[in-house]
Amino acid sequence: MNSRWRNTLFITALAALHLFVIFPGFFAPYDYAAQDRELPFVPPSRLHFVDSGGAFHVRPFVYAWREASDSSGAYAEDRTQVRRVRFFVRGSPYAVIGGWAGRFHLFGVDQPGRIFLFGTDYFGRDEFSRMLYGGRISLFAGWFGATVALLVGGLAGVLSGYCGKWIDAVVMRLVELFLALPWLYLLFAVRAALPLRIRTVDAFFLLVGVVGLVGWARPARLIRGIVLSAKERNFVLAARAMGASDLHILYKHVLPQTYDTLLTMAALLVPQFILAEVTLSFLGLGVAEPVPSWGSLLAELQKYSVLTSYWWMYLPATALVGVFLAYHWASSALQEKLRAGNA
Amino acid sequence: MRNNAWLRIAIRAPLAACFVMAATATPGTPRPQDYATVKGDLGQAGGWLVVALRSEPKTLNPILSIDATSREVIGAMNADLVHINRGTQRTEPALAKSWSISPDGRKYTLQLRRGVKFSDGVPFTADDVVFSFQLYLDENLHSPQRDLLIVSDKPIAVKKIDAYTVEFELAKPYGPAERIFDGLAMMPKHLLEESYRHGKLSQMWGTNGRPEEMAGLGPFHLREYLPGQRMVLERNAHYWKTDSSGVRLPYLANLTFLLVPTEDAQVIKFQSGETQVLERASADNFNLLQKDAKSETECLSDLGPGLEFVFLLFNMNSLDAAKSADIVAKQTWFRELKFRQAVSLAMDRKGMARLVYNGRATPIWGNVSPGNKLWLNTSIPHPERSLEQAKVLLQAAGFSWDAGGGLLDAQKRRVTFTILVSSSNAQRSKLATIAQDDLKQLGMEVQVVPSEFRALVDRVLNTKDYEGVLMNLVNGDVDPTPEMNLWLSNGETHLWNLGEPKPATAWEAELDKLMEAQMTSPDYASRKKLYDRVQEIAAQNLPFIFLVSPNILVGAQNSIGNFRPGIIEPYALWNVDQLFVRKPGAEKCQ
Repeated sequence: MNSRWRNTLFITALAALHLFVIFPGFFAPYDYAAQDRELPFVPPSRLHFVDSGGAFHVRPFVYAWREASDSSGAYAEDRTQVRRVRFFVRGSPYAVIGGWAGRFHLFGVDQPGRIFLFGTDYFGRDEFSRMLYGGRISLFAGWFGATVALLVGGLAGVLSGYCGKWIDAVVMRLVELFLALPWLYLLFAVRAALPLRIRTVDAFFLLVGVVGLVGWARPARLIRGIVLSAKERNFVLAARAMGASDLHILYKHVLPQTYDTLLTMAALLVPQFILAEVTLSFLGLGVAEPVPSWGSLLAELQKYSVLTSYWWMYLPATALVGVFLAYHWASSALQEKLRAGNA
Repeated sequence: MRNNAWLRIAIRAPLAACFVMAATATPGTPRPQDYATVKGDLGQAGGWLVVALRSEPKTLNPILSIDATSREVIGAMNADLVHINRGTQRTEPALAKSWSISPDGRKYTLQLRRGVKFSDGVPFTADDVVFSFQLYLDENLHSPQRDLLIVSDKPIAVKKIDAYTVEFELAKPYGPAERIFDGLAMMPKHLLEESYRHGKLSQMWGTNGRPEEMAGLGPFHLREYLPGQRMVLERNAHYWKTDSSGVRLPYLANLTFLLVPTEDAQVIKFQSGETQVLERASADNFNLLQKDAKSETECLSDLGPGLEFVFLLFNMNSLDAAKSADIVAKQTWFRELKFRQAVSLAMDRKGMARLVYNGRATPIWGNVSPGNKLWLNTSIPHPERSLEQAKVLLQAAGFSWDAGGGLLDAQKRRVTFTILVSSSNAQRSKLATIAQDDLKQLGMEVQVVPSEFRALVDRVLNTKDYEGVLMNLVNGDVDPTPEMNLWLSNGETHLWNLGEPKPATAWEAELDKLMEAQMTSPDYASRKKLYDRVQEIAAQNLPFIFLVSPNILVGAQNSIGNFRPGIIEPYALWNVDQLFVRKPGAEKCQ
């Protein structure tokens, strides 16, 4: 009961997360590229219920930020300007899947106020909106990249481990070649060969492609090892002695041994590939400004001045830790289920 | 990371200080020593100075060095004949104690200091000077300084008059006059002549060179070099400068360059006291240091705008219409002056200075930054940002807008282009993001393409496969002459249209004439007039959309004496021979 409860919770959380990320326009209060050059590095808006006069408000509100008078670049709340939080407000237009344009946002505040749940970045752009939009690319590129890498890697590993002989030799040499290639320079070459302008959609598939291409070799090795040991196990030998076909043995006895590893690897690879996007963006192969990605949000944090001065820039990172943990739990829950099914 | 090292317009080397000329010797009476006496606080001898380097020096050979890191290290180990004081921006005697210029402005006679010795103890004479210039002028060595020594297509002629007198003859009078000698390190003939004769000079003094094979006239000489880690220099006991009390410089016993590849790491090392001088900080880190509680022990100075200018550039090169059809089609916009003016009017320069540099940068509308007071043309207009005016200009040039606000050209094509930017420079990427948003307001769809720096330079200089690029240039001197190869239509850094067989436009032809004329004009007033016109033409025709000039931000621990940074490179170490470590308890900021 307990674990079932937990699993439902994770699955709901993950489903909600994907919903946010698939429809960022609605959940994000602002456009990801909208700059407010008067408000760079504003801390997150504080939600208030009690105003400066001591009166209680049922509808929460925020105060406008204004620059502190000591010219330190810090901000102070302007207590004279109350901006009430509203739901289902009309705001900047956004495209929804299928070309349909939306104008309504889940929440916002009275005009001309602005609400920044996660604060703002260098250009006064809303970090929360950027975080939601960023997931559109990062989450799915991470997912698809991991799927491609694991599918190709898994297939190569199984083939190599199960068939052995020359197939094993060829596949493993290929794996070594891929591990040894100087990727950085190859990516330079790829970038030079591509046109300068890359649309975001193309950048997405490019990401998936590159990440899958670079990432399949390690899983292939790992899976090969598991298959090698699995095919010598007594129950596999018994099945073979009873005349089971190779396909049957693979499907029924060998492959299930690899699921655990594959799931664990998936849970590890997704975050890793999301971060790989930072490197690719550096080479001009990722998504370019102003389109956000989780990688680029995290990359900002690598700067010493940002790291030490603006604590809210950590919020996307903290949120991402939660996301990745959810994946981890989901993958262990799945593993448990598989084990229960096998038993 | 400052990676524009080899793109700078002119390349010059460091070192020297505020001189008071040593009493001139009466002719004919040889003096045992002709030391240069230097003004400044009296320091005490001894002590270490540790400074971070951002990248590995490529060579220690002054003849071959191009990158800023190499030149910085070389500057601490070598000396030139006449030096530009980074504090006053004027020339002062260095290894030449005096000079005279012939009335026709073509002959320079330099008197060398007597009794000066290389760091290995061998005397320095006119033979070394002649030999050094032979190296700089040798075509086979491809010295980057060679271009500066060729006036009106003729190399400068060097003649030894006697052991301490050298005569230089130029084809034409030379405007910058003795500034030409700055940064040209004098080389030891006794150590290098043989390898030069065997054609092996370019292999000498590389980063694998042994310290005992090297000798220079600078305040320090190499003691140890651990590639990838550090370079330790030791005081040159034969150095030719003294302080006003007669104590021989340099004060420091050792100077260590530590390899610290990122700016953030450099700031952390400076904060922890591991390094004592911070050569250049970004505005973000500078503010951070200022806010830091420990900043009482750090002397931080904002020197105001330096000689760097950041700009947006459009590709106006003549390209192969078949190979780069895409870019060629867009060049009809780029070559349209009204288009460039509209782009310039849309740029939020103040916002750039405020957001990207925390206000530690100055908006510019020309190539000369306000830091260069001697040459700035103050009458260049500074038009306020105006999207309305920009739109009027675009309309006048045949552009129109579609229903969604997208800009269309006369052929009803959507105006979209890319802006290339170095991904290793955080500030420039941010400037590009602002420019992108500014241009979006005009209906232009701009994509910012981050690129690795070398790939970017390759596209700009060689393949010319780009549409727009946001980059910077740093002048090595306040004088306009090093900008020759930027403005001359056949110049090597005439970036917007490289390798023109003849000037493509009337204003480029005028630029050619003006730059040639200023180079050979003898006096400042007439040169200033000519160069003012150059700035005017650049501002009117906008081959570059000038954006901002960042301030020079440096720091030193308050234990370092005589720290007087300047805006010409090297900002902080130009008077390294005078720097000293204060006694504990005597720390203060200058």
